[in-house]
Parts: sequence; C-alpha cells; structure tokens
Amino acid sequence: MFDLSGKRALVTGASGGIGSAIAKALAAQGATVALSGTRVGALEDVAKEISGQTHILPCNLSDLDAVERLVPQAEEVMGGVDILINNAGMTRDNIFMRMKDEEWDDVLKINLTAPFHLTRSAIKGMMKRRFGRVISISSVVGVVGNPGQANYAASKAGLAGMSKSLAYEVASRGITVNTIAPGFIGSAMTDELNEKQRETILQKVPAGRLGSAEEIAAATVFLASDGAGYITGHTLNVNGGMVMI
Amino acid sequence: MSDIADRVRKIVVEHLNVEAEKVTEKASFMDDLGADSLDQVELVMAFEEEFGVEIPDDAAESIQTFGDAVAFLSKATE
Repeated sequence: MFDLSGKRALVTGASGGIGSAIAKALAAQGATVALSGTRVGALEDVAKEISGQTHILPCNLSDLDAVERLVPQAEEVMGGVDILINNAGMTRDNIFMRMKDEEWDDVLKINLTAPFHLTRSAIKGMMKRRFGRVISISSVVGVVGNPGQANYAASKAGLAGMSKSLAYEVASRGITVNTIAPGFIGSAMTDELNEKQRETILQKVPAGRLGSAEEIAAATVFLASDGAGYITGHTLNVNGGMVMI
Repeated sequence: MSDIADRVRKIVVEHLNVEAEKVTEKASFMDDLGADSLDQVELVMAFEEEFGVEIPDDAAESIQTFGDAVAFLSKATE
C-alpha cells in the first residue's frame, strides 16, 4: 500500500533533520531519491546511509536561477520527478515591530517563493504522466501563529494556501498536493533548549514529548503513496495533539 | 501545411475527446470544443512534444483556436 518502487522523489533541505529522515524513508519504500541542499558534504553523508539509488543536487534556494534549474536537473538524472518534497525552510525571528525588510523577504523567498518555482516546474511532467505528489512541509506555526515569527508563520500558512489552490487545479490529473504541519520536533535546534524551555513547550503537547523526524517522514511516505491518492489539499497535523483542528 | 493541420487535429481530437469534424479553422478550444484552462495548457504541452518546439507562455495564450495553433506551429517549424 505504501510501496514507492519505481517512483522518483526530489527532496529539498535533505541534509537537515526532517529532510534527511524523509529522504531515507522514501528510499526505504523503494523510491529513487534526489537530495538537494546547500551543504554537499552533509548531503553525501545522508546518501551514504541510503542503500537505494540517490542523486545529489546542490542548490541554493535563495538563487532563483538555481531554483529554476533544480527540477530539470532532477528530471534529467532520474528521468522524471513523481514526488516533490518542499522541505527546506529557514527562520529569521524578530518581534513584528522590529522585523527588518530583509528578515521578511529572506524567509518568504526560501520558504514560499522557492517552493512555488519548484512546484511550477515539476507539475508539468506530473501532468503528462497523470501522476504526481507535491508535499510541502509547513508548520503548526502556520496554523496558529507564534510571537516573533510573523515572517515564518506567513510563509508556512502561504504554503497551505498555495497547495490548496493548486490541488483544485490538478486533482483531475492524478496529482495530489498536500502539506504536513509538524509541531515541536526533536532536532539540533530543540536540543539547545534548556530544561525550563523544554518543560514549557511540553506543557502544550498532550503527548508529553517532542515528535521525531521519523514521524514526519512516515506521514510523508503515507501522502506520497498510492494509498493516499484520494487525499488532496489537506494539511496533515503531526504535533502530538498540540493543536487539534 | 495540411500535414501540420492533421497532426494538430489528431492531438485535439484525442485530448478533448471531440469529433474531428468539429475541429474547424475557427473552432475555439475553450468556447467550442469544451476545453478548460488546464486542457488548454495540456494541449500546448502536447503540441510542444509533437513538434519538438518550445511555446513561450505569451504565445501559448494567443493560441485560442485550431487555426491559431496550426498557424503558430507552421511558422515555428519552418
């Protein structure tokens, strides 16, 4: 039901915690995976942990020319892109009244504009093949907001709106477009939290623990699979019950 | 010219599931042949593939009828 043999996936931000877990999980289901990111060494490390076929496609998502080339490169090395995972993202936190233009622009560019370009380029081949999966990693913050993250929240909410609109347009062509909204996930970033911060966060999470990157990857595999063919325009919340909507 | 028209007609017939007789010079893909905007995009993609040409977005938007498509592709493949 969740077999991805013969499918070709492109994952952005593939050297990060969630991105690498997604790449490994897709490969474990049989997909060929193209790993994209800026740190080639880190991408190579992820590739080493994958027994299936992988390709490394370095790309700086703040360079729109490079962004436009990424999907064609992936199509060239794999013969097509059936599954696009818009995972790469960044934060540049500041309270709203102090937020700099660059802080706003940089976050929107990486988190929302780059996915728009990548998706627009990938959708063409998907339309021809009458199959496609576009999965964007959003955030619980895009659903409920977060002080200090107006730019990040806007970009993540934007992904959901973009995905829903596109989902309408291409549903009849066998293409589904969804987002996954992780809650607090254990990562290098959350490792830096002190005990008190950690406690404050966990008080909001009925599950009483942080999520794992593998749990986001599992949700991604599900949405990428044939089994999820009737799910589109959806935001899958993976947050331990932190927000139930 | 007629060869191009035949190839274009074949794509339109297959893609929009219409009878070949309805695909006349002035037939509009959207108004007369039941295409929606996504069908229109797909037709252009199919033309690109069949004729090995690239059709830029602004040109694609000007291709509204069967005659437009034949004229554009005749020129593009000269």
